[in-house]
Amino acid sequence: MKKDKPSRLSYLTSGIIKENPILILMIGLCPTLATTVSARDGLGMGLAASFVLISSNVVISAVRKLVPDSVRIPIFIVIISTFVTIIDYLMQAYQPGLYRVLGVFVPLIVVNCIILGRAEAFASKHGIVDSFLDGLGKSIGFTLVLFIMGALRELFGNGTIFGQPALPSFYRATPMLFALLPPGAFFLIGILKALVNKTALSGGKKK
Amino acid sequence: MNPGKIFLAAFLVNNIILMRFIGLCPFFGVSTSVNTSIGMSAAVLFVMLLAAWVSWILYHAILLPLGLVFLRTAVFILVIATLVQFVEMFLKRYVRHLYSAMGIYLPLITTNCAILAVTFFNIDYKFNILQGTVFALGTALGFALAIILFSAIRERLEDAPISPAFKGYPIAFIGAALVSLAFMGFTALFGIS
Repeated sequence: MKKDKPSRLSYLTSGIIKENPILILMIGLCPTLATTVSARDGLGMGLAASFVLISSNVVISAVRKLVPDSVRIPIFIVIISTFVTIIDYLMQAYQPGLYRVLGVFVPLIVVNCIILGRAEAFASKHGIVDSFLDGLGKSIGFTLVLFIMGALRELFGNGTIFGQPALPSFYRATPMLFALLPPGAFFLIGILKALVNKTALSGGKKK
Repeated sequence: MNPGKIFLAAFLVNNIILMRFIGLCPFFGVSTSVNTSIGMSAAVLFVMLLAAWVSWILYHAILLPLGLVFLRTAVFILVIATLVQFVEMFLKRYVRHLYSAMGIYLPLITTNCAILAVTFFNIDYKFNILQGTVFALGTALGFALAIILFSAIRERLEDAPISPAFKGYPIAFIGAALVSLAFMGFTALFGIS
């Protein structure tokens, strides 16, 4: 039987779990570890990168037939850096508090491997709608992991979520500061990746 | 700030990988053996210094006088990409032994966020060109220190009995957490924050 062309919906859903950019493909690690000190910061960083990923995917897909193959990478980089500059200035203007926390990681979205990777592997070969869905799916997967990391680190390190008290006051008096420090971030992503591996291993055995 | 403090801050206290989380892709990607780590570190040192100079000069001589500061991100990343290509061609033609030592790592450097981050930090911290050079040097050596130390640990982990779920990346992350914990000991060294 001939295999069907992957449906449009699968472009959207595959990025969320099956091809999650961080936990499965292991790319885009820098912002995942650096900006997830709280749920708000993780979510903010995820949304900023999502904006760039979706917009650049759509634009690159729209111009893909005009771009000569030999200079495609520099052209992709220019398109991506345009959107990075837009979000950089928008955040400076409307979210100055968040921008101060994220700092250099906002302009560094331009070298996030997920974005150039999707441009090269997907948007330069597919139509606008498909590229939009692919960008959206990968963005959801990326933002989700950042949010989970941020929420867990804030919960353990501060006893709060989004600044609201979430654990009893005796914990908040002496929280596990380790979670907020750089080693805590490495440790947490190691545990998350091990859980993903464990699920994959036990899932494989059942079949 | 005096150059000695800038160097120590970039080298140990605010280590680019373990404290700032910049340049993690090569850190986990090429740290599987000590030899590749040394090659990568040499390439990073070389390109980081060049990129710091070129971007600093471009920013202060062209972008700032013409009021084009908003083009910073686009200009810097393109300059680094071009510079890497140029260095690769130059080494291939004139300095063969250096090319054979670090040639294969050069293309990877374009997407190494550590290089781009240093050019941004040099502008954000308002460094002059001497301070910028010292900062780039300290950062590159800090990168080398972290990646070489870590690759030695990873070589030993290869043969260690580890539960299957933790094999590969997870145990590498846990190892990085412990190395990072050790580097926390440098916090506030000589009053540098």
